Amino acid sequence: MYTKDGEKYFILDAHVALWDARPENQRNIHGKQFIDCFYDYHRNLSPESEVWPYEEYLYQGGERLMRDLFTDGYVDHAIFQPALLSAFYNNGFGQTEEAFALAQRHPDKLTYNHCWDPRFEQAGLDQLKRDAERFGLKGVKLYTAEWQGDSRGYKLDDPWSYRYLEACQELGIRNIHIHKGPTIRPLDRDAFDVADIDKVATDFTDLNIIVEHCGLPRLEDFCWIATQEPNVHAGLAVAMPFIHSRPRYFAQIIGELLYWLDEDRIQFSSDYAIWTPKWLVEQFVDFQIPEDMVEYAPLTTAQKKKILGLNAAKMYDIDVPAECRLPSGEDSTGNKTEAVAVA
Amino acid sequence: MGAATNEPAGADAAAVVGSAADAPLLERARAALGTVVDPELDEPITDLGFVRSMDVADGELVVHLRLPTSFCAPNFAYLMASDAKDALLALGVAATVRLDDHHDSEIINRGLAADAGYRGTFGDEADEDLDDLRLTFRRKAHTAAMERALTRYLRAHPDLPEEGLHAVTLGDLPADDATRALLRHRRTLGLSTAADRPALIGPDGESCSPEDVPWRLRVARSLRVSMDGNAHFCRGLLRTRYPDSAADQSPRAFQEKVS
Repeated sequence: MYTKDGEKYFILDAHVALWDARPENQRNIHGKQFIDCFYDYHRNLSPESEVWPYEEYLYQGGERLMRDLFTDGYVDHAIFQPALLSAFYNNGFGQTEEAFALAQRHPDKLTYNHCWDPRFEQAGLDQLKRDAERFGLKGVKLYTAEWQGDSRGYKLDDPWSYRYLEACQELGIRNIHIHKGPTIRPLDRDAFDVADIDKVATDFTDLNIIVEHCGLPRLEDFCWIATQEPNVHAGLAVAMPFIHSRPRYFAQIIGELLYWLDEDRIQFSSDYAIWTPKWLVEQFVDFQIPEDMVEYAPLTTAQKKKILGLNAAKMYDIDVPAECRLPSGEDSTGNKTEAVAVA
Repeated sequence: MGAATNEPAGADAAAVVGSAADAPLLERARAALGTVVDPELDEPITDLGFVRSMDVADGELVVHLRLPTSFCAPNFAYLMASDAKDALLALGVAATVRLDDHHDSEIINRGLAADAGYRGTFGDEADEDLDDLRLTFRRKAHTAAMERALTRYLRAHPDLPEEGLHAVTLGDLPADDATRALLRHRRTLGLSTAADRPALIGPDGESCSPEDVPWRLRVARSLRVSMDGNAHFCRGLLRTRYPDSAADQSPRAFQEKVS
């Protein structure tokens, strides 16, 4: 929980990871390239005081994660969104067993989402059913540019993707987090294009489709489908840290999202351990749209509370202390559209 | 800009090696590379700092390119590298272009060296060609340029309601950098640049009704915000990855401040 000027904010960090990118776990050069890319994101957008040494960045471990999120970072609940990256790391990038064990020890603080890959076809589908039971899955994280054998990505409207999404419906996995990446076959078209998400959102109206980093670098394509598909949500991973280094750009992103979606479909995340939540929460609560940007309305405290935690808490059915909830009047305002999370 | 021409001595600019006699060729090479645009950002690769080095060896131009991350999209990486090679070959000299530090460096450099083309470079991963990709991003670049010019026009005419933009023609726009960029993009797409043509048009060149203006402007704005933001992020990441690239970057000629 974060308190400022008498207001209490429930903080749900909707996208965190526990990864191992140490050299002994790197399968090949791409393992190093991948974590180096993350580290450049981290160094480029973090305040100087929050930059980690490279060695620490390679692996953070459960104890540090608990401290960074819950002791120092004001987070009340966080959701693991793992990327497996088996083509780059011997034992995977996201540490399934370690993260799940941590979530079991702290069920009030951590939710473990897992991932699937439609290119494993029937075997993967059977695995998904076992995973749903073992992990008690409420959500999954999909990285469409994951490399797998000769393939360097898949689309969400591939026939096998549809079978996995149907399985999610049957298994009660309602929250589908999607991270678009750059390599996908064929290379003829834009891999960041979100047209397949549009199709899936239309065909699976009872699933919440959360598009991580709000479609960036294709914010415009994302906004366009999200305005038409009420079950499409914006995850703020990667967008959040611009609040420090490029506050006017951040204002434009938030301004556009609030215009095209609404305040009920935007979720905060730190994308830990790319960044840490403490400074992001502090700066977001203090943030305001610059006065000269007359095309965007000022951010309200209620909107900030929804984005920082209430929206995702509703989606994941996580109890919010009464002192952090919105007065019923404001809540009903927020719920007036159909665009609420399927809980 | 221009490491070959006006960087102060000793600056951490793109390395330019070669004897003084090569200078005119390197200048021409730099100018040629200035015509190569990053399709996603709609800016020359020279201004973005993507040209890592230029060299002349035995009469052959050798150019190394660099990108903000190892995981920049390989199709765009290939487009820029192959466009760079084409631009250099048009100077009438032998040229080698190499993309450094990318997850597909090996594939792309092999393809460039063999002049294998897009399909020859990527094999099974390529279906037809990258023409549709190019067209998609030329259209996006035009839409962003239109939004920049019209937002500037609106700010200069505070009494004009947004809907009034439907009657604003290209001839009404000031003769400034934003208008020149808009005209350039219209020419690229084969759209009319006549002074009596509306400045605000749809993706296929169609004019729009007054009631459609606010919506069209919003669509264009989300695109421009995205594109400008990406350009700043890419510049920043390149500087983080290659600290010496800062000296090579020049800002977009006309862009809203973002920080």
